[in-house]
Amino acid sequence: MAETTTRELLLRPIFRRNPIALLVLGICSALAVTGKMDTAFVMSVCVTVVVACSNFVISLVRHHIPSSVRIGIQIMVIATMVILVDQILKAFLFDLSKQLSIYVGLIITNCIVMGRAEGFAMNNPPKASFIDGLGNGLGYGFILMTVAFIRELFGSGSLFGVEILKLTSNGGWYVRNGLFLLPASAFFLIALLIWFMRTVDPDQQENN
Amino acid sequence: MGHYLNIIFTSLFIENLPLSFFLGMCTFLAISKKVKTAAGLGIAVLTLTAITVPINNYILNDLLKPGALAWAGQPDIDLTFLGFLIYIGVIAAVVQIMEMVMDRFMPGLYNTLGIFLPLLTVNCAIFGATLFMVERDYTFGESVAYGIGAGGGFLLAVVALAGIREKLEYANPPAGLRGLGLTFITAGLMALAFMGLGGLKLG
Repeated sequence: MAETTTRELLLRPIFRRNPIALLVLGICSALAVTGKMDTAFVMSVCVTVVVACSNFVISLVRHHIPSSVRIGIQIMVIATMVILVDQILKAFLFDLSKQLSIYVGLIITNCIVMGRAEGFAMNNPPKASFIDGLGNGLGYGFILMTVAFIRELFGSGSLFGVEILKLTSNGGWYVRNGLFLLPASAFFLIALLIWFMRTVDPDQQENN
Repeated sequence: MGHYLNIIFTSLFIENLPLSFFLGMCTFLAISKKVKTAAGLGIAVLTLTAITVPINNYILNDLLKPGALAWAGQPDIDLTFLGFLIYIGVIAAVVQIMEMVMDRFMPGLYNTLGIFLPLLTVNCAIFGATLFMVERDYTFGESVAYGIGAGGGFLLAVVALAGIREKLEYANPPAGLRGLGLTFITAGLMALAFMGLGGLKLG
């Protein structure tokens, strides 16, 4: 791999090589937690921490992992990180961890984490791997927050639980749009987001 | 019996894993280009959830829960925090065994699915089914029903999406929407349709 600056490592996955929009990784958990800003925010933080830390650890021991069992070892490292995050959430943010329900556990099977461990951390030094993990986590968070922003604003008229558009039920003017709270709206929003990003940057388009 | 049927029906249509919980999206989108491969993959997922959910349920109730180790003279141990590690280990082992069995007895299907089989270990739908089982505290019988319903829901959704995508080959969408974007919109419309079954209840 050519010499890349830290800045580039950090920024590239956010827009130009976004793990969700371009590489279709990690959508599993991405859409389900985007009904509200606060769950999406906590989820993004969790994923960023897990990707960065597991990348770092795997990169530290990369010379000692026999290639035949590497997937197993990567999963074990990732699962340990996720258990740590899950226990911390349960201890300090119990309500949020209930709302995130199974999706924190699902970070283990999130393809972004596995993909970065296998694709980057296995053959790069710890510091670069850590930054790469950070960048990918932020790229994931960027999409999550964008979708959550739109869904919560139009679906419940609020952001982070604070009312922005005054609802008719509280004597205001805004009639909430229930569609944005249904799972289906997340599909449409991601589709539009991908459409937008690919129109701005035609390199990402698929030709078939 | 009605109770079990109800669990199967709910997990099959209303709480469909890919369409209402977005689980298994990666495989759902990647393998849904042709109906034939989609069906093969769907059946593999169905078999896996039907086996792993009950196994994990058994492990949870008889080894991990507080007091579950009383038979070994250790009534105070609570091992539930080890859950994630053990569930994923069980799933990986079952996938490995299934791969070997298919290689030996069904070489044709093994060759079509080849690359996707090991990837099923990290399929969110399979792991997610186990986690839902844990969260809802199912009994052993309920977990068998849930495993079948959850995997069946994935099979149903992936085959339906593949059928629609085969027809979409002839469409001419805007350049930026081609491929992934259009698939997402299709999946969204399917999710809306499945939601229509929301009010139904069996038994």
